[in-house]
Amino acid sequence: MTLLSVENLSKRFSSGGRQVAALHDVSFMLAAGETLGLVGASGSGKSTLARILMRLISADAGRIRFDGGDWLALTGPELRRRRAKMQMVFQDVLGAFNPRATVASVLDDPLRIHGIVPKNERPNEIAGLLNRVGLPASYAERSIREVSGGQRQRIAIARAIATRPSLIVLDEAVSALDVSIRGKILELLVELQEERGIAYLFVSHDLAVLRAVSHRIAVMDAGRLVETGTARQVIDNPQSSAARALIAAVPRFATGTSAGISEGHDS
Amino acid sequence: MSVLCEIRNLSVTYRGQKIPALNGIDLDVIAGERLAIIGESGSGKSTLARAVAGLLPSGSAMNGKMRWSSGHPLQPGRDLGFVFQDPSASLNPVLTIGEQVAEGARQHLGLSWNRAYSQALDMLQRVHIPEPDKALKAFPHQLSGGQRQRVAIAAALAAKPGFLIADEATSALDMVVQAEIVSLLDELVREAGMTLLFITHDIALASGFADRVAIFKDGRLVESGPTGTVLAAPQEAYTKALIASHRDLSTPPLVREVAS
Repeated sequence: MTLLSVENLSKRFSSGGRQVAALHDVSFMLAAGETLGLVGASGSGKSTLARILMRLISADAGRIRFDGGDWLALTGPELRRRRAKMQMVFQDVLGAFNPRATVASVLDDPLRIHGIVPKNERPNEIAGLLNRVGLPASYAERSIREVSGGQRQRIAIARAIATRPSLIVLDEAVSALDVSIRGKILELLVELQEERGIAYLFVSHDLAVLRAVSHRIAVMDAGRLVETGTARQVIDNPQSSAARALIAAVPRFATGTSAGISEGHDS
Repeated sequence: MSVLCEIRNLSVTYRGQKIPALNGIDLDVIAGERLAIIGESGSGKSTLARAVAGLLPSGSAMNGKMRWSSGHPLQPGRDLGFVFQDPSASLNPVLTIGEQVAEGARQHLGLSWNRAYSQALDMLQRVHIPEPDKALKAFPHQLSGGQRQRVAIAAALAAKPGFLIADEATSALDMVVQAEIVSLLDELVREAGMTLLFITHDIALASGFADRVAIFKDGRLVESGPTGTVLAAPQEAYTKALIASHRDLSTPPLVREVAS
């Protein structure tokens, strides 16, 4: 079932008097419960696309259908109400939180704003959300600044799933994390997807991260979508020069030292 | 194989901190080698880079020894170049690229502005900046992040130092640009026979070109050795975990694959 369809989306910015096409005629579909990895170098337009989807900026042309409705036509209270179904997790989580907030207030906001559970049930719901992302319920009382980067990213994920979304846009959501923590967060995202049928649009410049979690991958280059396919098709048989450059750029262990990497780490 | 810098029982504690950022480090930097310092956040890897460069903030307590083969600490800018993670923070926004790259040669090699400027043009060519004569007159904000990092490298190398420290110099860049900058550093260091201290959180990235690796965790040196040896036969559990947590395109995905 198609959850999201983006049709002929275009966006121009003016820079120093010149018009620059940030997005040019971009179209793709995303099914319910599916992960589409959106990969591209800096300036390829992938973050512009994510921002248009979140209705943070407007498109110049094109259509977005989400959850059966015209997403770009929604305004005011109706947009606010439907936003619960499309959430976002950013790279810089500290910047995405009020620095004075406690963990509890970060999670209470979406529950209250979207009326997810009655007031007297919210502490319980918050405890449940924290447990679900692998944190003890006692974390609710902590300041958002006191927790580590990995824990903060778990809280951002808890906030995103609080409103029971059908789509989460992940914008470089693990890029700032240490590799050992990164793997755990990716595992958590995949578990949540399997359990709740959430679709992800995972935006990243790191093809190895997208390979881990994506069913399909779309490659952007200079504002255009140059290639879309299953993760395996795009990685094993890239058709565009942009995809080939992104594949070549993934660090891998130098030849002759593969002994160390044969140990599986998915166990 | 001559030792450029012998580090013995080195500890560093920042002002106002109780826990040392570096604790009892023994490590040799060998002249002409490419040594990768690998660690996660809080491992002390950047503190080591700063201690070696003499760039620790004032009020830091440093114990232990650093013995230089030259008999005295290297002078940053002249004997030692430093490339930081964020080129927009290390470049001066109100000076032209030409002025910033020429400055090092003028100050440390005693060149005239004219000579230093023409050497800056040469440096910009060597770091593969397109249209280097135009770039000389440009300001940092007019360049992309990757081009700014090339300029920062050109500036770090302007006085022709024998030793270059790159502290997470590629981690703010996208993957494609990262690969280009790493290959540039490799090329420049090889051509000039420089010593390179490459600080990174990415063990696979380091494995591509480092002669030796040193793994840090929580302010301590976990293990060090030739890159191939450490990767093929890691001795410590932490090194094994770090290697196992690496993902590349051949790592089995976490999701079930869909039929093509």
